[in-house]
Amino acid sequence: MNILIGGAAGQGMETIAHLLGKALARAGFGVLAAKDYMSRVRGGHNFTCLRIEAETPWMAEQTTQLLVALNEETYNLHRRLLTENGKIIYDPELFSIPTNTGNLVPLPLESLSIKAGSKIMANTVAVGAVLALLNQETSLVETLLLETFNPELAAQNIAALHAGYNAAAKYCDGCFSLPQSGKIGQQLYLDGNQTLGMAALASGCRFLAAYPMTPATGIMAYLAEKQESHGVVVEQAEDEIAAINMALGAAFSGARSLTCTSGGGFSLMVEGVSLAGMTETPLVIIMAMRPGPATGLPTRTEQGDLEFALHAGHGEFPRAVLAATHLEDAFYRLNKAFDLAEKYQIPVIFLSDQHFADTARTVPPFDFAKLNYERHLLTAETLIKPYRRYRYTASGISPRALPGQFPNETVLADSDEHDEDGHIVEDAETRRLMTEKRLRKLESLAHEMEEPCLFGEQSGEVLLIGWGSTYGALREACTILQNKRVRASHLHFADLWPLPAAAIKALFPHFKQKICVENNATGQFAALLRRETGLVVDREILKFDGRPFLANEIVWEVEQDV
Amino acid sequence: MCKAADYLSKDTAWCAGCGNFAIREALAEALAQLKLAPHQVLLCSGIGQAAKMPHYLLVNGFNGLHGRALPPAVGAKIANISLKVIVESGDGDTYGEGGNHFIHTIRRNPDLAHFVHNNQIYGLTKGQASPTSDEGMRTAIQTSGVILPAFNPLAVALVMGAGFVARCFSGEKEHLLATMKQALEFPGYALIDILQPCVSFNKINTYAWYKKRVYFPKQHEQKDWNAALTLAREWGEQIPLGIFYNVPRPTFESRIPALANDHTPLGTRPFDPASLASIQNEFL
Ligand SMILES: Cc1ncc(C[n+]2csc(CCOP(=O)(O)OP(=O)(O)O)c2C)c(N)n1
Ligand code: SF4
Ligand SMILES: [Mg+2]
Repeated sequence: MNILIGGAAGQGMETIAHLLGKALARAGFGVLAAKDYMSRVRGGHNFTCLRIEAETPWMAEQTTQLLVALNEETYNLHRRLLTENGKIIYDPELFSIPTNTGNLVPLPLESLSIKAGSKIMANTVAVGAVLALLNQETSLVETLLLETFNPELAAQNIAALHAGYNAAAKYCDGCFSLPQSGKIGQQLYLDGNQTLGMAALASGCRFLAAYPMTPATGIMAYLAEKQESHGVVVEQAEDEIAAINMALGAAFSGARSLTCTSGGGFSLMVEGVSLAGMTETPLVIIMAMRPGPATGLPTRTEQGDLEFALHAGHGEFPRAVLAATHLEDAFYRLNKAFDLAEKYQIPVIFLSDQHFADTARTVPPFDFAKLNYERHLLTAETLIKPYRRYRYTASGISPRALPGQFPNETVLADSDEHDEDGHIVEDAETRRLMTEKRLRKLESLAHEMEEPCLFGEQSGEVLLIGWGSTYGALREACTILQNKRVRASHLHFADLWPLPAAAIKALFPHFKQKICVENNATGQFAALLRRETGLVVDREILKFDGRPFLANEIVWEVEQDV
Repeated sequence: MCKAADYLSKDTAWCAGCGNFAIREALAEALAQLKLAPHQVLLCSGIGQAAKMPHYLLVNGFNGLHGRALPPAVGAKIANISLKVIVESGDGDTYGEGGNHFIHTIRRNPDLAHFVHNNQIYGLTKGQASPTSDEGMRTAIQTSGVILPAFNPLAVALVMGAGFVARCFSGEKEHLLATMKQALEFPGYALIDILQPCVSFNKINTYAWYKKRVYFPKQHEQKDWNAALTLAREWGEQIPLGIFYNVPRPTFESRIPALANDHTPLGTRPFDPASLASIQNEFL
């Protein structure tokens, strides 16, 4: 079941989607809400696709059964995607639709809202209407309204909800049937940014310095709200250069630190990434990608900054690059990013994108006991005096102490080339030894990288290869292909650098067509694969219009050539 | 207990006669007199001649990027509020490359002492104009002389609301020491712009040039902001030294919830991820 809720920014589509999504999640349905919005506060055309199934859907779908058109533009833009028995909820006092189109549900949303108490609850009226058409009770949304608003406002909204419900029921009482629902009250309903914010907090992150930039701002907002209750410090820096340098300072004196941004802000941070590499200061940087270059499409999605993440920062130093694939995985993988950063004393870049950041889904509760919180710090028992911040070791990892941790021992970090004590040097021998020491960390780091996960058989006709947030679309596309009796498998990377290559090397010979699917224009992962392994994919399916892949688009592309 | 000499490393790479030496000695003496043990002090700097200080003073150090001395200092202070944090860098580093951080760090008002070695030149890169170079100064880059008016750090600091604003001269070491001690004990952001002759590259603003001009204003009221601004704007034949303004306001740290009742460093507070499992309930 797909519902598309569209209108101009400021009309409250998000509230409709959120109330419906959360209520249906509580009722035990598998829910997904994907946002499509413009970079403006008023006007424009924004919509949310809500998909409801028995199990949590992986991706939104193109077609829709129910269109909630808060303005005429929504109707014009999306009516072609309406299925045969689809319904359209709209306000006939705002615009008219020729009566021969589909099954219209004309409801005076605004008038009903005014009658219930004020004009601004038209969106709540629409929620009531949708519930009626879905044959669902209003009670779950009532509870939500009571949780959200003060009693007076909640009462008004509940009146508006009932008004919408009753008015729509006259047109068709339960004309859609939802699948059997399962886990009542046992599912979380949240988006990617909330998942990453929560994972950071639960990983013991105590300091975030960042500068607001879509689509990363939601992470800041999540942690900012937890400042009073959970002792995390969130500082909005004057710019991204300050943000990364502040985060490094906080990490240096012992806090688990984070910064988050999108490509433009990351561009400003790049010298700081290099500083993290040279000073061997642990730091996690979440880059939520959006289409560039420059300001690009601020509220859209792309996987265009993989190469950038791999190479950002002058000089040669070790780093790790991990990616968010889906909520269930990203929660634990960000924890891994924090652990790797401190274990190896390196910058770890965690790639997300607008699609991952803004899509909400139902997931089972996370297992917090699985999260790691080991700080990899020197202890009084392991301290060798005098303390040397950059002591040569076989692993390349020098024991890390914090300033002030041990009486009479000082800690010196330096962005210049330095000796074991951290003092500035220029001699050739130390330079060579220090470079080798830093790069030696890559050897053990490579063993920490998880091989990509395989969905499907170990051999077959088609191997779909992806990374990051395309997981859902590929997984669903693969299932569709399998149902069509195409022998397809799906291989997906979450740990990207150092590239874990054993699994793909082993699988490659066993598939007829190897197809790399990426949300960018140049096939950056396929290039990385080629560079690291010599493996050349047979085909690349690329999408770079700022929108995420849908499963059927991938299926269609694959079928062109099977 | 440490003596001043205990804070000093053996070698420096500064030119003989450079004003940086007196600043280093004054700071070592100030730390000794305030009984700050080396492991309790963190010295942050950027890049430049002045910014090499963390290598020449035996305390904790974070020698970061050019222009970026302040942000790591702010982060480090928040993460461990018990550290005495000092930022030391050049005029180019602080007022040029790092100008944005200078402005916004003053707004934040973290408890740190900021000592700027103002030699009115880029020393490390061998003599280009800095934001504080006087108009008309010729260099290999500013071939017909600096055409921009000089940046006035003390006036900017006052206008941005800095609570402690002072000017010193490396040639007045006792005064520098006394002022540094006050800055180190000031609760909040404390700026000392220190006139520091660069004997190798600044042939205009020499020891003699400064010596002839600096004076200590009589009867200045340190709580009088307007009088402070008047002093800050005085530059030329007469250059006033001293603490121009000294009025504390609430520090950045005092307004951060995580630091309100707990002064344990953020990183060493006990933590168990499993204890946080209930935070996901808001999404149920
Ligand atoms: C990003 C960056 N740009 C430029 C430089 C080159 N650089 C190093 S120090 C410096 C200027 C130093 O002048 P100042 O801060 O006044 O310090 P001084 O050497 O005079 O003490 C410059 C331009 C650099 N290291 N990094
Ligand atoms: S170049 Fe100038 S500032 Fe640098 S050490 Fe020499 S005299 Fe001092
Ligand atoms: Mg200078």
